[in-house]
Amino acid sequence: MNYSIRRQTLLKPTWVAACGLALAMLAGPAVAEDFPTAAVNTSGLAVTDKTVTVGILHSATGTMAISETGSIQAEKLAIAQINEMGGVLGRKIEVIQEDGASDWPTFAEKSKKLLENDKVAAVFGCWTSASRKAALPVFEKDNGLLFYPTFYEGLEQSKNVFYTGQEATQQILAGLDWIAKEKKAKTYYLIGSDYIWPRTSMKIARKHIEQHLGGKVVGEEYIALGDTQFGSVINKIKLKKPDVIYAAVVGGSNVAWFKQLNAAGLNAKKQSLLTISVTEDEVLGIGGENLEGFYSAMKYFQSLKNANNEGFVAAFKKAYGDKAVIGDVTQAAYLGPWLWKAAVERAKSFDVDKAVVALPGYELTTAPEGYVKVDPNHHLWSKLRIGQWRKDGQADLVYESDLIAPDPFPKGYQ
Amino acid sequence: MKALSEKLLGSKDSAIGLAVLALLLFVVFPSALDLFRLNLLGKYVTYAFVAVSLVLLWGNGGILSLGQGIFFGLGGYCMAMFLKLEASDPESTKIQSTPGIPDFMDWNQLTALPWFWEPFKSLPLTLILVLLVPVLLAYIIGAAMFKRRVGGVYFSIITQAIALILSILIVGQQGYTGGVNGITDLKTMLGWDIRTDSAKYILYYVNAGLLIVCILLSRYVMSSKFGMLLLAMRDKEERVRFSGYDVAGFKIFIFCFAAMLSAVGGAMFTLQVGFMSPSFVGIVPSIEMVIFAAVGGRMSLIGAVYGTLLVNYGKTVFSETYPELWLFLMGGLFIAVVMFFPDGLAGVYDKYAKKFNISGLICKLFKKPAAHAHDVAEEQA
Amino acid sequence: MFEYTMEEVGNIVVMQGFSGLSLFSVLLLMALGLAIIFGQMGVINMAHGEFMAVGAYTTVMMSKLAVAYDIVNSYFVFAIIAAFILAFWIGYGVEFLLIRHLYKRPLDTLLATWGLSLVMQQIFRSAFGAKEVSAELPEWLLGSFQPTEGIDIPINGVFVMALALVVTVGVYLYMFRSRAGLRVRATVQNRVMAGAVGINTKQVDRLTFALGCGIAGVAGAAFTTIASTGPTTGSLYIVDSFMVVVFGGAASLMGTIASAFGIAQAQSILQFFMTSSMGKVATLMTIVVILMLKPEGLFASKVRK
Repeated sequence: MNYSIRRQTLLKPTWVAACGLALAMLAGPAVAEDFPTAAVNTSGLAVTDKTVTVGILHSATGTMAISETGSIQAEKLAIAQINEMGGVLGRKIEVIQEDGASDWPTFAEKSKKLLENDKVAAVFGCWTSASRKAALPVFEKDNGLLFYPTFYEGLEQSKNVFYTGQEATQQILAGLDWIAKEKKAKTYYLIGSDYIWPRTSMKIARKHIEQHLGGKVVGEEYIALGDTQFGSVINKIKLKKPDVIYAAVVGGSNVAWFKQLNAAGLNAKKQSLLTISVTEDEVLGIGGENLEGFYSAMKYFQSLKNANNEGFVAAFKKAYGDKAVIGDVTQAAYLGPWLWKAAVERAKSFDVDKAVVALPGYELTTAPEGYVKVDPNHHLWSKLRIGQWRKDGQADLVYESDLIAPDPFPKGYQ
Repeated sequence: MKALSEKLLGSKDSAIGLAVLALLLFVVFPSALDLFRLNLLGKYVTYAFVAVSLVLLWGNGGILSLGQGIFFGLGGYCMAMFLKLEASDPESTKIQSTPGIPDFMDWNQLTALPWFWEPFKSLPLTLILVLLVPVLLAYIIGAAMFKRRVGGVYFSIITQAIALILSILIVGQQGYTGGVNGITDLKTMLGWDIRTDSAKYILYYVNAGLLIVCILLSRYVMSSKFGMLLLAMRDKEERVRFSGYDVAGFKIFIFCFAAMLSAVGGAMFTLQVGFMSPSFVGIVPSIEMVIFAAVGGRMSLIGAVYGTLLVNYGKTVFSETYPELWLFLMGGLFIAVVMFFPDGLAGVYDKYAKKFNISGLICKLFKKPAAHAHDVAEEQA
Repeated sequence: MFEYTMEEVGNIVVMQGFSGLSLFSVLLLMALGLAIIFGQMGVINMAHGEFMAVGAYTTVMMSKLAVAYDIVNSYFVFAIIAAFILAFWIGYGVEFLLIRHLYKRPLDTLLATWGLSLVMQQIFRSAFGAKEVSAELPEWLLGSFQPTEGIDIPINGVFVMALALVVTVGVYLYMFRSRAGLRVRATVQNRVMAGAVGINTKQVDRLTFALGCGIAGVAGAAFTTIASTGPTTGSLYIVDSFMVVVFGGAASLMGTIASAFGIAQAQSILQFFMTSSMGKVATLMTIVVILMLKPEGLFASKVRK
């Protein structure tokens, strides 16, 4: 009996909503008059009858600017496109951009400014885990809404954050399965920069290799951030002769690592290498000739062939020049504003409390990576793809997994 | 008693300077700024502790430490460890495989609290360690170097290397230290929520109060015989040594004292901002803090405070409006201060303001009702 | 160690020896320019790393030209020369505008050049973008040389070694076998007296500083073969460079060479037997402890300040 009652109450609003959607589609883009400010903004956000303000918070200066520039560009592009389509609930999106300056406390400070001073409706931002960890308490306390684009180590889930990149298991497990099968690999050498993302990723990789693939980890190595000398490390690898090198080196070290690996004779002809830290952005600095033939495990490559992606790449190049490249995180950052728009429109409100409830379950079919679905744990369902690097800095797609559910707290891998 | 007050407050001019600073910190800023800006200001004030310590060490002692971030960081970490333990009670960490230890330890497969975290379960012990750990490290570094007469540039570069070592260590040993993320998500102190609005006001006032106390202490040190010797050592070290004074001993003392001041700033930083990260221990923040002191005036305790507040205010404003231009301005400021205003703001004030006898003016105003003084202070700000 | 054959162990020893030597030449190239500026003039140039970045960006720009005119195989030598010339003249200008006013305040040069390094970083960022870039390298600089099966000698390592040798010999000849070098040494030893015998000491200062910057530019150009080029690249090198110079004893060319060798071997071996980041910490710790015991460095100059 209970069941039928619940069913009835459930059905009605859905039906109404469906009608509303159909009407809205007939009538074209939403107009602000249909959504009076007082109704869509009960929590004092920066929403007027014509505009809504959001924040972008990345490093435009400092060591992380190298990586975060692409995310800023993608987020601005998405916002411009949304505005062209009529904005969100009939309101144009205005952007306040803040510089995190590659400094974690600054991220906390600027988050506080965006939320408490500017009352932004959402923030697209943060890149490193450290910056997110610094900003997170601010978002939770001020009840803000953050869209975070980077693939990361997992072990986190917050009411106030949506993670548009992959968490570690999504990126790692399927990739290892593939290379174990493809290269009949038995022995693995794990190498990463010395901080939390590589260490957590390697922990998951090691468990998977040892417990599920029947392989052996013959070496595990961590490099101080910013170190550029790999001679000794490469010699250690040569002594162990692993079937596969599994790499998660970042920043300036990443460039030095691949250049020196190649110079030491370990190129793709002699050595299989799978990395989880090289996107098209990094290739610019490393140089395609040093990566040729190696594999990256990502959810997105610029060379993906589908209509969504072709439109996205064309728009991106139109906005930022023909030479602009798009990496995994750039694409994930591009999803942020679109997901936020969906959340607000589903909730018919800018209020964070309503938007975060409305978003899970949403399917975005226009994503450049193809299709993503928002899980109740605030991460995205996505595919894992393996790309093999070409000399020109683009990747050939060699493998595509099924949709993988996000699992930020993986059982058996902690 | 009169002698003591003179030693603490210095001349009439500097007593007025201190009064104006106190007025700004305790009355003007809290009434003029909203809580968000006040909290930011509180953060800057914690840097001012380091700038004050550098005035003693560098301006008066001639010892340029490029590693004050070490002590700021250690003070902050000690405080953060206490707060983190309190935030990691078994109840709120029950989803971990080992409840009751900080979350980052659990992620790094630690199953028990490391021994050196044990003392941080108690607040009194923590407060002692906030001061003791940095002072001890400063003593070791100072004793090793000053006894062997390492000075000048060499001292600067070695302290810089130590800052680098410490930050690599903290980042590398993430199971014990929280790694590059630092120690985050601090909530309460003995059950008192440090994130509420009222807590922020209280912490701000405690912070400002401590800064005034530190300035008074530093004044006391500077106006004592020891302060005279410090100046003498800076200018003619050999003569002081030949006069029979233990130069190394004095230098070690002032280095330890400066480390202690910086550590107080670090601990207050953790309390106000709610986390601590290795990015304060490295080379860049250490050099930036020297710049705060240089802009304010390396000889002036109060100037250093204004310098810190001004540079950080500039950083916040310019990085909000022109993020691209910020490094140009910051770099240009370094160069300009060094080239044209070696004595910083305090030097400029002495040169121009004294001509017009502003302090005399303020003196007169002080005898009038307080409201007037208030206005003048605001104009100055 | 018994799971490996003798031959394998032998090969590793050879390659490990080479990577020690290769690190030695990297450190030496980094430190030579600084050793001249800091050792001879007492100026602490915190923007040293940024002068290296000038060289690196010059190489990247030249490589773009080379690709356009299809001379990728031969441009690298010109790139190094261009890097030297550009860094030299920038250094010349910086000395004229900034450094010469601060000779009496060595600690202040540290702060001013730190400011300069921030400005230069932002110039790189505005001019070349925040992202890292890479130079198109000629074929002959890529890959490895194999004397026997199982031994790979990186060609770019050999190249950096050769360049380090050329630059070191060049500096030696300039400092100790030329009139110009004689003037530099005379100025360092006794500025007033040198001026009295007709040496234009101001000109000597300017040339010395510019020369140090020029060598930094050469180092930067060479490092495009082994590491990254970005706006903040320079900051990766600055501490290592200073450690080499200070550890060697500031005023001595021999000291700089010896200390680069010692640090390189220690770091290379420690990083082989420990994890890489702990090896780095252990090396730095050792240097700091030795410096505390022997503050004047390995090869002390006779003058005590």
